[in-house]
Amino acid sequence: MSDFHQLEMYEDTLETRMGQCLPGGPTIFRGEDLAGLHAADYSLDWMALYTFGICGRHFSAPQLKVLHTLWTCTSYPDARIWNNRVAALTGSARSSAALAMAAGLAASEASIFGSQPVIGAADFLIRVRAETARGAGLADLVARELVQHRAIGGFGRPAAALPVDERIPHVQALMAEQGIAPGRYLRLAFEIEDQLFDIGKPLRMNYAPVLAAVPLDFGFTLEQLHLFITPSLMAGMPPCYLEARERPPGATFALRCDKIAYHGPKARSWRPD
Amino acid sequence: MNDPFSDVVNTSLWQEQPEADDPFSAAVCRASGYDVYGDLLGKIGYIDYLYLLFRGERAGPAEARALEILAVALANPGPRDPSVHAAMAGGVAGTPAAACLMAALAPGAGSHGGAREVRLAMELWLEHGCNLHQWQQALEHPAAPARTGVWPHPEHTPGFSPYGSSCATPVRQTLAALARALPHGLTGWLAGERRALEHAAALPLAMTGVAAATLLDLGFDAAGGEMLVLMLRLPGAAAHALEQQRQGFRQFPFFSLELQDDTERRLREVA
Repeated sequence: MSDFHQLEMYEDTLETRMGQCLPGGPTIFRGEDLAGLHAADYSLDWMALYTFGICGRHFSAPQLKVLHTLWTCTSYPDARIWNNRVAALTGSARSSAALAMAAGLAASEASIFGSQPVIGAADFLIRVRAETARGAGLADLVARELVQHRAIGGFGRPAAALPVDERIPHVQALMAEQGIAPGRYLRLAFEIEDQLFDIGKPLRMNYAPVLAAVPLDFGFTLEQLHLFITPSLMAGMPPCYLEARERPPGATFALRCDKIAYHGPKARSWRPD
Repeated sequence: MNDPFSDVVNTSLWQEQPEADDPFSAAVCRASGYDVYGDLLGKIGYIDYLYLLFRGERAGPAEARALEILAVALANPGPRDPSVHAAMAGGVAGTPAAACLMAALAPGAGSHGGAREVRLAMELWLEHGCNLHQWQQALEHPAAPARTGVWPHPEHTPGFSPYGSSCATPVRQTLAALARALPHGLTGWLAGERRALEHAAALPLAMTGVAAATLLDLGFDAAGGEMLVLMLRLPGAAAHALEQQRQGFRQFPFFSLELQDDTERRLREVA
């Protein structure tokens, strides 16, 4: 057995570069005085602080506006959507607001919507960009992904009405208005969509590749992107929670017994061993 | 939302018969065909009921015994475990009980000692079974992950202890007890081949590896095993959170903090 345990150097004292709250003194936020990050009128934008906390660097005002919009155009207060439903049911059961929001956010890390398609799309964009830089052809990479995984994260809109995701032109217009040209990842996302059409797989890009590509173009890593998108669906949840609180307890999504369609074994008796 | 959605909850696990005077109140509830309140109460143990809910069938005596052992082994990883620590942080700060359990679930779900590690270990077991040569190849040359998802990539071989210098006594004791209950499956094989696998992994076996083998022997798939482990780890978290809540925050470590200059970030900013 070794005399030295790897965890010994992590005992007792937490070494950190990220921050410290000094009672009666300044609060250090990633090396800067939090009070100093505010303008004299304390108008520091929450998105500016949040992305500074994630990336450790400051984004320009036009970039922050685009990042804001990436969030605000994807929070739908439709209580039927599964993460919002968690928040609504929490309100219906007269549980607390923080539990509703936290559980709703956790439920946003889903595979049919929310975080997983965005991270999947980002992962593919990063891999494609790296491999094309090494000389691989986009057509081959798209075909290989379809063979290996049958789908490409962020392409195809199974639950949507419109063939073109309504949020994409909105974000593009805002970027143009803010003087931000589409970066390499965003252009690549459109090229992948074109490629899919060329090979007879007309899978329209949904919002996930845009939500992935724009922050990647701003220099976010995949992990930073994941943290950035995590609260993006949250604004839709409070209305669902609040309205459920307004209804009678237990009334939101009420189900009568015969709404359970049972397909299991027939009635049987438990015989002790 | 144009997709066709069901307007009923489809289930093979649960059946309800309404009260004659109240369509929203169940008079009879059947779990996989068994009348829970009219027949099972008083006859069935909690572990048997847990198995029935997850598997849809009765556990055999060996399965029930093994699940009982596993449930006790996992119930309290102790206050140093990140999930229990998180629950205690909630308790000591006076957060709601549910927040303490949600706090425990978050780290307890992870790929370092948590339910995700058990799931990943179960996937390795499904791939390699009782083929020692195949295990040795996989452990000595682990494949790099092809894609990145929402889960951080595991930083050690699932099922093994990244910091252990030898297989911890509780892990060996749990494995021995489970192998006595399940001598012929993966668990029994693991008890026999533990040292060979540890040598190939260059790491000692962890509780997650034992749990993974046993859960597969019990017929759970990887997703079911992950879910069950999340649940089975909660009792200790709950009890420790309550205890710390009673004792107050001054009786709980706050740790000292050493703030370092974020020079690297500043240089990046300048660049």
